[in-house]
Amino acid sequence: MFESSLKQLGDALRAKKISSVELTQLYLDRIAQLNPGLNAYVTLNTEASLAQAKAADAMLAGGDAQAMTGIPVAQKDIFCAKGWRTTCGSKMLDNFVAPYDAHVIEQFNRAGAINLGKTNMDEFAMGSSNETSYFGAVKNPWDNARVPGGSSGGTAAAVAARLCAAATGTDTGGSIRQPAALCGISGLKPTYGVVSRYGMIAFASSLDQAGPMGRCAEDLALMMNTMAGFDERDSTSLQRDKEDYARDLDKPLNGLRIGLPKEFFAEGLGSDVAKAVEAAIAEYKKLGATVVEISLPNTRLSIPVYYVLAPAEASSNLSRFDGVRYGYRAPDYTDLADMYEKSRAQGFGAEVKRRIMIGTYVLSHGYYDAYYIQAQKIRRLIAQDFVEAYKHCDVIMGPTSPSTAFKLGEKGDDPVQMYLSDIYTIAVNLAGLPGMSIPCGFGDNDMPVGLQIIGNYFDEARMLNVAHQYQLATDWHSRAPQI
Amino acid sequence: MQWEIVIGLEVHAQLSTNTKIFSGASTAFGAEPNTQADAVSLALPGVLPVLNKGAVERAIKFGLATGAHIAPRSVFARKNYFYPDLPKGYQISQFDLPVVGQGALTIQVEPLSGNAKPYEKTVRITRAHLEEDAGKSLHADFHGMTGIDLNRAGTPLLEIVSEPDMRSAAEAVAYAKALHTLVRWIGICDGNMQEGSFRCDVNVSVRKPGGELGTRREIKNLNSFKFMQQAIDYEVQWQIDTIENGGKVQQATILFNPDTGETRAMRSKEDAHDYRYFPDPDLLPLEISPEWIEQMRATLPELPQTKQARYVNEFGLSAYDASVLTSSREMADFFEAALGDAAAQAKICANWIIGEVSAQLNRDGLDMAQCPITAQQLGGMLARIADGTISNSGAKDVFRTMWAEGGDADAIIETKGLKQVSDSGAIEALVDEIIAANADKVAEYRSGKDKLFGFFVGLAMKASKGKANPAQLNDILKQKLAG
Repeated sequence: MFESSLKQLGDALRAKKISSVELTQLYLDRIAQLNPGLNAYVTLNTEASLAQAKAADAMLAGGDAQAMTGIPVAQKDIFCAKGWRTTCGSKMLDNFVAPYDAHVIEQFNRAGAINLGKTNMDEFAMGSSNETSYFGAVKNPWDNARVPGGSSGGTAAAVAARLCAAATGTDTGGSIRQPAALCGISGLKPTYGVVSRYGMIAFASSLDQAGPMGRCAEDLALMMNTMAGFDERDSTSLQRDKEDYARDLDKPLNGLRIGLPKEFFAEGLGSDVAKAVEAAIAEYKKLGATVVEISLPNTRLSIPVYYVLAPAEASSNLSRFDGVRYGYRAPDYTDLADMYEKSRAQGFGAEVKRRIMIGTYVLSHGYYDAYYIQAQKIRRLIAQDFVEAYKHCDVIMGPTSPSTAFKLGEKGDDPVQMYLSDIYTIAVNLAGLPGMSIPCGFGDNDMPVGLQIIGNYFDEARMLNVAHQYQLATDWHSRAPQI
Repeated sequence: MQWEIVIGLEVHAQLSTNTKIFSGASTAFGAEPNTQADAVSLALPGVLPVLNKGAVERAIKFGLATGAHIAPRSVFARKNYFYPDLPKGYQISQFDLPVVGQGALTIQVEPLSGNAKPYEKTVRITRAHLEEDAGKSLHADFHGMTGIDLNRAGTPLLEIVSEPDMRSAAEAVAYAKALHTLVRWIGICDGNMQEGSFRCDVNVSVRKPGGELGTRREIKNLNSFKFMQQAIDYEVQWQIDTIENGGKVQQATILFNPDTGETRAMRSKEDAHDYRYFPDPDLLPLEISPEWIEQMRATLPELPQTKQARYVNEFGLSAYDASVLTSSREMADFFEAALGDAAAQAKICANWIIGEVSAQLNRDGLDMAQCPITAQQLGGMLARIADGTISNSGAKDVFRTMWAEGGDADAIIETKGLKQVSDSGAIEALVDEIIAANADKVAEYRSGKDKLFGFFVGLAMKASKGKANPAQLNDILKQKLAG
């Protein structure tokens, strides 16, 4: 049952081979057994999950079930879910129970899916290893001494360890794709604006995008059908016709033009990762694709640009966490300024404070033009690189991350080394493009390697098709860690 | 030494939308604290702003009414600072790209010194931009603590910034009043100053005529024209005294205390915030099409200045009368409804409204909207004056009754028997009797004592109980006395 695809689970539920309550209980039991070792979930609400499962069974009995009805889905703890503690991985929100549902949560509820629990994450989604979480690091299910990646590390570990059927993540600079790669699962960051950000706690508003994480591309397509869609409560949500993301899964790949950016295969890329990615490209050629070398010359600037823009937006987005209305307030303070200072000093972790300080600095009078404005200009150049590239290819492929999962604590003291692990993913967010990662082998340390597929705007269905055809021909996506 | 006063105004007009500028919460005044604070007003994690179209429409109307450029593309920016009644830790405002560009307002200035003549002046408006209001901090009822009421947070404001074009308190007050009239006239603001719907910040400096601009101090939050006058007078004298005593004016934000009539510095320039403005990534740039502007133009009423000119040209009213009648839309509407199509009666109609009606309203402490007699009722009475049914003194009687008891002119004339006698036969008979009874005086008159004419008029009026048509009576008397 734990190895079934979402489609198989849905069929089993609709055929009454298993009830949603039984399925949910199976997962809850597995979580109870394995989560203490992995720390993938920060909040469970067994009662609420089972109540949803009961309601889903009623829907199934009534014959009005949809694709996701009755299926247990884990939610990254960045989404507000009514009645659920919603922490965003921070002490600041340790005591915050959301009074409303995020759009994504609403969509799953409407579809009759089960909220199985809230998954661990880097604090306010700031991190690439899940080590910045106030609730402790998540362990990589393939090797408990290694990180699962971040910031959607809890989600990635939960999917890899079969602690949920599928799960949600968010991706600001690689936070879906990098942990998907490091945990050997599939993950999709849609085009900016395809999934509503309403109710998703903001890190960097112009980059944040929610997406699905699961065991295979076919599962991601079903998840996308639930998550995507226009929402008038998010002004950056795009008004587009509803689409079926599974519609092109079975198309052959004959004639597919794959662009390989030479900058993605240069210095800094681990040789084991390069080998696995090259093998995947060879597989694609067998499937009928052709390969063309392209160049994304401004990619090298994406990390500095990102670490100006994302902290700038974050410094402002996180101002609301001031101890006045909700969340953490320091127990002792002398006056208003002292309350702000102590609450924020005690409520935020080191990485969050670092980014708030960077962001405050780059927006300050006298520095704004040199940093923020300059970064916005380069952001447009980076996006323009992709426009040029797509004149010559249909999808772009390369590694998701320069290395496989590193050891817990290995990069803790060097933020810049940590930031570099997102070198291949960040440009995609800056351009607002869709990107995904699928498993394509293992590195020298037997840890999973991710293949990144970058599509043109709104090409999610095509990308899922490209991933699915590969997954029909290979079995990397069905390898599971021994736990 | 002679000093020139330089004044510029920043006015915050609360726009008369039912809901807030970025959420669906009510903007009604006076509700229990925080009952109008929805998730967006509280800045809960994950909420997003959605722009209220009604606020934009009102900004467009203002721009059109002041002949300003409406920006086809304007941008919302975040103004970052911490304060307990600012729930997000930033205010959404507009910074370098406001919705309304440069415009102008022509004002009638009545100098305060008795012998100077009223004059016209055009004040340039630098810009007007949309922004949200903050909440309120309540200090009174909470011992050692501060209460926060977020009902007002997110209320739409139009901040209207003038050039430093005003040269006296009288000009500043005239401009503020004209603006106050205009925003109510075009229906974008209720203008209620007690409730804070129209708040003025006044920048004051002094300089030697024609010299460099002096250092300004900003008087914040004046909510009455009287206080504005007093505050400016005090501040100007303070600045002149300071300079003449060898001191220097320091840039500062100051408050006016109505109880003492003095201004006092709140914070100096050294304490000025660095607001770290940057474009709000949660909101797309505001785009306004020419079609939208034309739609708004079509909804604009005839503006006060246009009306004034028309009253002078079409009805032959004096500039003064025209400006009084257009001091509010209610007044102008009342005038036009009372006048109907009797254009020839414009002057007398104006006299009644500016005279009797305004005086009675003043006495009873009412405003035009609360006037106990309708424009139609007044018009009916004016028609009876015009057709000679009642005399002017009879009309005063009718008016008093109408005001106190209601009813139409015709009914009042009937019941009170105020109809004047215009039957020439009846008047002739009456005149004949008087001539017969006063042979001596007639003789005196005929021998050249013209002054006696008034004596005969008096007798005749008395005999007719005041109802004789005066013009007719004059003619007949003259004729008969001439023998």
